[in-house]
Parts: sequence; structure tokens; C-alpha cells
Amino acid sequence: MSVYETMRHFADSWGLLAMFIIFVVLCAWPFRPGARKRNHDAATLIFKDDNDGE
Amino acid sequence: MEAVLGRVGLWFLIFFLAIAAIAGAKDSAFAAHATIIAMLAFILLVVTAGRFDPLAKVQGIFRIPTDTTRYDDDPVRWGVIATMFWGMVGMLAGVFIAIQLAFPVLNVEPYLNFGRVRPLHTSAVIFAFGGNALIATSFYVVQRTCRARLALPNVARFVFWGYQLFIVLAASGYLMGTTQSREYAEPEWYVDLWLTIVWVAYGAVFIATILKRKEPHIYVANWFYLAFIITVAMLHIVNNLAIPVSFLGSKSYSAFAGVQDALTQWWYGHNAVGFFLTAGFLAMMYYFVPKQAERPVYSYRLSIIHFWSLIFLYIWAGPHHLHYTALPDWAQTLGMVFSIMLWMPSWGGMINGLMTLNGAWDKVRTDPIIRMMVMALAFYGMSTFEGPVLSIKAVNSLSHYTDWTIGHVHSGALGWNGLITFACVYYLVPRLWRRERMYSLRMINWHFWLATIGIVFYAASMWVAGITQGLMWREYGADGYLVNSFVDTVAALHPMYLMRAFGGGLYLLGGAIMTYNVWMTIAGRLREEAPMTQTPHDPEADRPAVPALAQ
Amino acid sequence: MNLTTQHKKIERNVTLLSVGAFVAVAIGGIVEIAPLFWIENTIEQVDGMRPYTPLEQAGRDIYVREGCYSCHSQMIRPFRDEVERYGHYSLAAESMYDHPFQWGSKRTGPDLARVGGRYSDEWHVQHLINPQSVVPESVMPSYSFLSDTQLAAVDPAADLTALRRVGVPYTDADIENAAADLFAQADPNASPGNLAERYPKAQIRDFDGDPARVTEMDALVAYLQMLGTLVDVNSVTAQEELAQETGR
Repeated sequence: MSVYETMRHFADSWGLLAMFIIFVVLCAWPFRPGARKRNHDAATLIFKDDNDGE
Repeated sequence: MEAVLGRVGLWFLIFFLAIAAIAGAKDSAFAAHATIIAMLAFILLVVTAGRFDPLAKVQGIFRIPTDTTRYDDDPVRWGVIATMFWGMVGMLAGVFIAIQLAFPVLNVEPYLNFGRVRPLHTSAVIFAFGGNALIATSFYVVQRTCRARLALPNVARFVFWGYQLFIVLAASGYLMGTTQSREYAEPEWYVDLWLTIVWVAYGAVFIATILKRKEPHIYVANWFYLAFIITVAMLHIVNNLAIPVSFLGSKSYSAFAGVQDALTQWWYGHNAVGFFLTAGFLAMMYYFVPKQAERPVYSYRLSIIHFWSLIFLYIWAGPHHLHYTALPDWAQTLGMVFSIMLWMPSWGGMINGLMTLNGAWDKVRTDPIIRMMVMALAFYGMSTFEGPVLSIKAVNSLSHYTDWTIGHVHSGALGWNGLITFACVYYLVPRLWRRERMYSLRMINWHFWLATIGIVFYAASMWVAGITQGLMWREYGADGYLVNSFVDTVAALHPMYLMRAFGGGLYLLGGAIMTYNVWMTIAGRLREEAPMTQTPHDPEADRPAVPALAQ
Repeated sequence: MNLTTQHKKIERNVTLLSVGAFVAVAIGGIVEIAPLFWIENTIEQVDGMRPYTPLEQAGRDIYVREGCYSCHSQMIRPFRDEVERYGHYSLAAESMYDHPFQWGSKRTGPDLARVGGRYSDEWHVQHLINPQSVVPESVMPSYSFLSDTQLAAVDPAADLTALRRVGVPYTDADIENAAADLFAQADPNASPGNLAERYPKAQIRDFDGDPARVTEMDALVAYLQMLGTLVDVNSVTAQEELAQETGR
């Protein structure tokens, strides 16, 4: 098999799978237990200041 | 004194080098660009030596507040002005080339031929209008969400002015025929190098500001800005690899050829859409929509999923621009599959933005800025649905090479990027210039309707034009021969081209109203006008509630 | 240190976030694009493909300069109507010397991948000077200035050298004779030397109807007239390459 074919096979098999796994882990992360408060804090931080320097 | 001397020396050096470049230039376009730089350096040289501060004068014209505050907003103010200016230039160029396609006599060879003005239009709206909006809002948002003043203030100013120089060199180059003819990456090698320097400086300012933040979290808008800055740097550098013919000439040859060049270009081209026009503008959405609606984003978790899926999926989708070409089949299929998958995170993001208004939907009626944001998100949803449909190979076989693609691009660019930028500018101007509100809220409403109706005309005419032409190309008669010559299909599109130009004209008119509105706001005026909504007086209901017992 | 605190670090650390995002976008690009750079090994040299002559390359540079890709594609797809309208569908090898590629993405005008030899030189010149005089419904701009512009400003040897640096196999003789080749191809009175041997199928004649001088019109028409003429698509090697381009 040529280099090209080896790389192309890797690309649409293991390469894809590895990307998919990393992706799922990153997406699942904000749903882990204990993240609720952190998410809430992050989402509301833009309202903490009365004065945005205007 | 030493600092002034140093600066004079620096400008003199640049002036000298530019003069040398003019003398040695291999072609007139390169000489013209060197002249622009020499003139700039000369003006700055005189100005620095005379210790005359022209910026102070211009700041007077634009009524820029001078008192120091918590945040460094000067680059943001300049960015807002530049956004408005380049937006009008780019949209005017767009309407001009739209009319050229209906009336070819309007081509003025060689400088104002369609082939030279078209990249001017695309670069002006994407990189000049969109880019300035992104730089300005990112500097604004990163300071507020980090509760820190902009790091490296001088570098931030260099970023702004350096970026304007990039735009001027790119735009004037196209008209002189200095182009790589790679879509959305037309600027030649030396302009690309300059942009690389400016972009690295931009990244440095942004990251340094995040590093000195006084807030534990990095707000999700900054994630999107960060991904936008990093990815655009990577795309720009790889796609523009080229060998210049001469270091004193404007011409270069791409490092890649044929199939490889095509895939690299569309990997770049598609991700210019994905990271410049999507990720960056989503960052604007994730800050300004919650702020204007005065409630936090619907789901912060969803925004993080949105972030990761968008950057993982977008980067693969480029080959859908090359369906049925000589690109290997597996790459086309990958591009199609990832494009279809992109539909989900895109709609997740749209839902997240729209649902932020949960419990505040009445604002769509009372607040024209919110209305504009909602319409922007609706168009984001529509074009991110249309995109995956067009990436299906069977659909693409009809739509590719036709105006359907143009219609798709503009429903995204005018509807999503345009409207969300306008909404952000309307949010920013009164705050940056410390005005009570915009000069006129009713004018925002007029702008909203002109823009929306303009987009409907534009997109509808281009759908019809694209499908018409696609079907005419492949039409066979009973005798087994092709029915239409190519030029028959061109003639058939004339009415649609007129309608498109009309739609674009409406959109431009909306932009002109906005420019006036912004200008009057900066001037400190308030238009006396009836409020946007009024509950009409109902004499029947206007009486004291009579207790039933009294009767 | 447990996993939760580690992710806290990622969420709060701008460097890690940047690196994470960069890895995500870089892998996608590398996995998809990198294999294509080895495809050259699998594309056999198709009979007839050769680098552009200096005149053709100068014409191509004008094509690039004027932004012709805005309206014209150079990539015929394998559909019955396209093949009947424009000719045999395009092979990967046919754009192997195109720096940059000009496949295009929009057909406001027709595809040009095989336009060579379809019209006369006179037709092209007239069409470029005033498109509506030949095709009344055309929306193409006029390019009459090309006939008035002498092709003197270019340095063909430098162009060819730069192209050789990016991988086009020009020989030393090609570069040495570049300037002479450029003018000889468009001037019926000059002696072309061994131009035709170094560049097989090169068309040597005056293209713009004005033998007295070599203009940008000469170069552009020379380029248009050679597009798609180099490869005999029905030859054995071309068909073999096609067999390897699966799925079209």
C-alpha cells in the first residue's frame, strides 16, 4: 500500500474515531455532577457590574 | 524628547525603505503600494517632528470622550467608526457589481471591471466590515468579561491602524490587478505578511487581557473569540504559502498546485466562513444578546457543547465546495458527512440564543435592537440549514456553479452577520459615547425592515435564478440534444439580477439610515419622536372599577 | 489531583484552552489534507501534460490578474450535460502545473477547461474586445485594453524560476530561453528554435491579429487556445488514471 492510501485509511478510520472520542468527552464535561454552580456563575458574570465603564 | 526622536527615526526609516521600494519596484502595483506607505510614513514623520497630534483633532470631530475610565475603549470607538465606514463601502461595491451583471455596459475597463471589483466587495464586507466589528467587539467584551483594562494598549492601537492599512493595500491592489485569485484570500504575499504581523499582535492583546483578568471564569464569548483568532491565523498562514517572483514585485505563485491547492484553498475558504463569520460573530451573540435582553444565556452548558462541536466539525467541511471535481471521492464524502452533522450544533446555538429571550419575548415588540438580534438568529438558523442541504452531493450537482450558492451566502452574510453587527453597533454607540440612547429608535426600526425586505428580495431572486439556470443547463429535448445554449441561460436570469440589485439597494439604504443615526448619536442629538409602542387610550376601560355590591 | 479539578484548570487557563482549540482544528485539517500531498505518487504522469510555455503562463497570469475565476470555472464535472456541453470531464493531472488552481466556483459564464481550439483566434480577440458584438446577451465586461498593452513589462525567466521553486519541472534550457520563447511563440517572423520540442503541442502563431507586436491579448488568447488540448483523454494512461479516480 502506498503512503497515500495508508494515510487515507487512517484518516477515515482511527483518526475519525479518536476525534469523536475527544469530542464526546469535551461535550459531556459541563454535565458532570457539581458543574451546575460553576455554569451558573459563568453565565451570570456579565451582569455582576452595575457600571460597565460607560 | 528621546522618545520623539526615536519615533521620527522610525518613520524616517520606513519612509526611506518605501522610497527604495518604489525605485526598485518590478511592477506598477507594487510601486503604488510602496507610495502609499511612503506617504503615510512622511505624514507621520512631519506630524511627529512637529509634535502635532492630528488624532486629537479627529477625536474632536468624532466627539470621542477623553476622560479616563475603568476600561480602555478608544480602539473600540475607532473600530465602530471603521465598521460603519467599510460596511458602506463594501455594500456600495456589492450593489454596483450586482447592477453590472444586469447591465454590463457599466464595466469601466480595466479598473472597474467585474472581475476586479468583485474581490473588493467580498473583502470589504467580510474582512473590513466584519473584521473591524470583530476586533472592536472583542476588545469591548474581553475587558468587561475579564474586569480588566486592555493589556498592551499601544499594541491594540497598532492592531487597529495596521488592520486598516491591510484593508487599504488589499482593496487598492485588487483594482490594480494585484491578486492571487484564490477566493477570499486574494491579497498578494506582502499584504499577507503584513496581516500576519497584525494578527499575531491582535492575538497577543487578546490573550494578555485574558491573562490579567480579575474574574475566575473565562466567559464563553471569549472562547469563541479565541478559537476565531487562533484558527484564522492557522488558515491564513497555510493557505497563503507562496513564492514571490521578486521581493520588489507584487506577483507570487502559490506553493501548491491543482488538487492540493484546491483542497487547501477550500479548507481555508470554508473555515473563513466557519471561524471568521460564524465563531467570531457567535462570540458577539453570546455577549450582546444576553446583555440587551438583560438575562443570562439560556443554557451555559449548551453553549459549551456548541463551541466544541462547531470547531470540531467545521474544519472538516471544506471539500463540499469541490463535489464531483477531481478531488478524491473519500474527501468529498467526508466533507459532505461533516457538513450535514454541522446542522445540529448550529441549530443548538440558534436555539440557545433565541431561548435567552424566554420570559422577555415582549421585547421583540418594544425593542428594535432585540428584534434585529432575533432576526439575525433566525437567518443564522435558516442558512445553517440550507448549507447542509447544499452540501448533499445530489443537491450540489444542481446548485453548484449557480446563483443558489450566492443566495445562500447572502442570506447568511446579510441576515446573520449584517444584522447581528448592526444590533451590536446600536448597543455600543450610546454606551461608548455616553449618550442616553440612540438618536432615533424609530430609525432602527426602519433599518430593520429595509434590511429584512432587502434580504428577502435578494435570497428569493437568487434561489429562483440558481434553480432556473441549473435546470436549464441540464435540459434535454425529445431529440436527445441539449435544449439551451449557455447564453440562453444567462439571458433568462436578467429579471432575477434586477430583483437582486433592488434587494441589495434596499439593504444599502438601511445602512445609510444607520450611518445617519449613528452620526447624530455621536453628535449628541436626540430625535424627538413618539415612542415605539403605545397602548391606545380606551375610554371604555378608563373608569374606576366599580365594586359589584355598590349597584 | 482528580479529574474535576483538572478540568477546572482547563476552563480557567487560557493557554490550555487555546492549545485545546488549536489541536481540535489542526487535527481536522491535517487528517483531511495531508494525505493529498502524497497523491502525486499515485497519479501517473499522463501523456501530454507539460508545463506552460512562457507565453501561455503570461496569459494565465493575466487570467489570474483579471479575476476571471469570479465567473468562469475550469472543472468539468462527470455529468452527461456537462460532458456534452464542454467536453470530457476534467482529470486531476490536467491541473497539476496550475499555481494557483483556477477551478472556480461560479459559472456566470461557461466553463473554460477545454475551450482551447473551439473558437478561432479572431473570435477570441473580437469577443474580448467587445463581448456583446459576438454574443449579444453576454454580461461579460470588455477587455479591449489587452490589445493596447504591450507584453514588455514581464520578466518570463523570473516567473519560470519562481514556478520551478514551487515544483514545476522547467529545465535550465526553458528558463534560459524564456524571454526568447515568449516572443517567438507569438511572432511569426521570429525563429522559434526548439520551442516546439521542449513544449510539445505548443501553438506558434500570431494570436491577436497584429503581428507587429506581442500584446497581452496575444498571451491571453494563447492561454485560452491551449486549455484542455494537452491530454488525449482517450489514451491508455489517461484512462488508467481515471480508473483510479474513484467515485466520480
